[in-house]
Amino acid sequence: MFDKEMTEKNSVAPGHNACSGCGLVLAARLVLNAAGKDIIVTTATGCLEVTTTNYPHSAWRVPWIHSLFENSSAVASGIEAALKAQGKADKIKVISQGGDGATADIGMMCLSGMFERGHDILYVCYDNEAYMNTGIQRSSLTPFDASTSTTPFGKYSFGNPTNKKDMPAIAAAHHIPYIATASVAYPQDIEKKVKKALQIKGPKYLQLHAPCPLGWGFKTAYSIKIAKLAVQTGLYPLFEMENGVITSRKKLARVLPVEAYLKEQTRFKHLFVSEDGKKELERIQAMANENIKKFGLA
Amino acid sequence: MQTTKTLYGEPGSSVQNKTGSWRTERPVFLHKTCTDCFLCVLVCPDGVVFGSNKIYDVDLDYCKGCGICAEECPVKDIVMEREVK
Amino acid sequence: MKKVLEGSKAIAEAVKLCRPQVISAYPITPQTHIVEALSRMVAEGQLKAEFINVESEFSAASVILGACAAGSRAYSTTTSQGLLLMVEVLFNLAGMRLPVVLTCTNRSVSAPINIWNDHQDVMTIRDAGLILLFAEDNQEAYDLHFVAYKVGESKEVSLPVVVNMDGFILTHAYEPIEILTQEQVDEFLPPFQPLKKLDPENPATFGMLADPGWYLETRISMQKAMENSKSVLKQVIGEFRQKFGRLAGDLLETYRMEQAKTAFVAMGSMVGTLKDMVDEERDKGNPVGLVKVRSFRPFPEEELREVLGSAEKILVLEKAFSLGLGGILYHELRSALYGLPLSPQISGYVLGLGGRDIPKKSLSKILEDFNKTTPALNFVDAKENILKEHLYV
Repeated sequence: MFDKEMTEKNSVAPGHNACSGCGLVLAARLVLNAAGKDIIVTTATGCLEVTTTNYPHSAWRVPWIHSLFENSSAVASGIEAALKAQGKADKIKVISQGGDGATADIGMMCLSGMFERGHDILYVCYDNEAYMNTGIQRSSLTPFDASTSTTPFGKYSFGNPTNKKDMPAIAAAHHIPYIATASVAYPQDIEKKVKKALQIKGPKYLQLHAPCPLGWGFKTAYSIKIAKLAVQTGLYPLFEMENGVITSRKKLARVLPVEAYLKEQTRFKHLFVSEDGKKELERIQAMANENIKKFGLA
Repeated sequence: MQTTKTLYGEPGSSVQNKTGSWRTERPVFLHKTCTDCFLCVLVCPDGVVFGSNKIYDVDLDYCKGCGICAEECPVKDIVMEREVK
Repeated sequence: MKKVLEGSKAIAEAVKLCRPQVISAYPITPQTHIVEALSRMVAEGQLKAEFINVESEFSAASVILGACAAGSRAYSTTTSQGLLLMVEVLFNLAGMRLPVVLTCTNRSVSAPINIWNDHQDVMTIRDAGLILLFAEDNQEAYDLHFVAYKVGESKEVSLPVVVNMDGFILTHAYEPIEILTQEQVDEFLPPFQPLKKLDPENPATFGMLADPGWYLETRISMQKAMENSKSVLKQVIGEFRQKFGRLAGDLLETYRMEQAKTAFVAMGSMVGTLKDMVDEERDKGNPVGLVKVRSFRPFPEEELREVLGSAEKILVLEKAFSLGLGGILYHELRSALYGLPLSPQISGYVLGLGGRDIPKKSLSKILEDFNKTTPALNFVDAKENILKEHLYV
């Protein structure tokens, strides 16, 4: 079929204003294509929202709503309740989307409420590891030592001083039935996890690593390559957790040193210029090693 | 009384916004070594790579020229060429 | 049929008759009895609705936003700090033209924390694009909920509505309420039919970004909806009165304003006390009357000019003020009456803040003193000794 028409099946249409090489909008298309057409989608304020809904142009081919920055999951809760009341909850699935800031920072309260109340919703956190829409400020999912516009590298700083908040563990503490991490580097894996999640009743959490060429500082062509390196170094472990038990993990055929991932990105380049930087790299390697051990990746 | 509403978006109406003009490089599909792995279709951020049976191409109306398809093509059957305008 | 009910229970009964499909709320004094009663109705199967107990008022407002966008009639209730926590969502509900109904059991705002009644909470959302109605008593609060859904959901309006009732003074008071039957309500209030809803069969995008080329017109369209709501309110209240014989007036209710030279203007439960006072003054031969503002948004500008056009003296009594300006109703009323040929004297009185009692003798004193001064901002029954001993440094 040598035909443009197949692109019309995408739930996210082209013509949106996401940057060239954007990992986020790519991730959203993969998620929603896997979810099918019988869905209602909520989205938090952020890059995904502003780049796709500049009036009069909407990129969404599925019913979609944006309300505020922090309430994507609460709005989704209301939609799910309405579908239940209307007797449509079995047919129509609700997907709630947000970036890392909207999920792990400002939207944390609403998300915890959605998990705890047991709504039948798939929540997808698109993790590009900073507030990209406002100009690359750090969020609580920004990795250790990343230089951002509010945690800049400087004479007295190696960048972001804290580790990524462990969102999957926080989700797990709510005893929800399905938690998974995924990466744009593995599109088929995303499809598999979304389809599986939507078969499960109750709240589901999917955290999807989505590189940002502009915010992380790499060539637009490298979005997939960088995402893959994050997985291959053990810095972004991919796993599924069902009912509190880890049921799958992406095994690494060959574990790469963290430098392979970090050196490709401007946000970490300051780690490669001094002796002190080497110590920082050792700390980051230790984090990767810990992940590899914890999830049994090697 | 004049009835009013809020601004709703028509589904997929962003197709009116031809982002192809952003491009400085374009992918060229060589159709020589393609193995039908479909990766170029999957990894396009704009979802505008299409085709089947080892014949793929991109919708240049929207392609922003990021180069992911060429970078990820495992058999190097896509190359980026400078856009000439 | 009359039934003696606690105010909160009466509201729950009214909400039940409106057949909401989704209710979401977070407990806060003095709203709790409403949500307790509603959740009991759901638990006992008297009300078929999804009752979503949320972790904050912010989520309560967000949940009803989602439910309404998905095409369901939705309800919430809050007050004070809870209303303030909802504010961001309330602006959003109005901008997205989602006609939910909320009951605000009016309470003061912290700090200092105080759980008693005044109107400072709801005044913070007066510019948000929600219709704000005030009830004088529990019967009116009950009746206004049916009106609220019908007006808010009408195509010409399509805006959220807040029914305000004074916390404790009304919510916790037992009064005989003339109740409606389900058949009566069903006949008055048709099922919710949104212009658009979130629906896979007909996918639309809600909550678009409007750049500087589009934004202004969205606000103008909301202003038009607010203007429309004046005639829709008149029409719906008129229909309600015709069917059920209650709700005098419409945006305003006038009381003994025939040939009145002096007029009180007020909102909420203090109107009851003022009506008694007006009766006493009339008995003494004083031409005093009262204008009750039922709809604070839309603000009944022309209607006020009409009913107050021949008054010589106007006393605006209110339970809120704008720090740095003065009485809010006072200033809005002055602005509405600007340019009237008879140019009445207008004075503003702030009273009842944080639940302070409003004795009738204080009101009589206001009237007595009115001829001596015409203050723009007068705090009724303020205690000088508290200021001196506890607040002056």
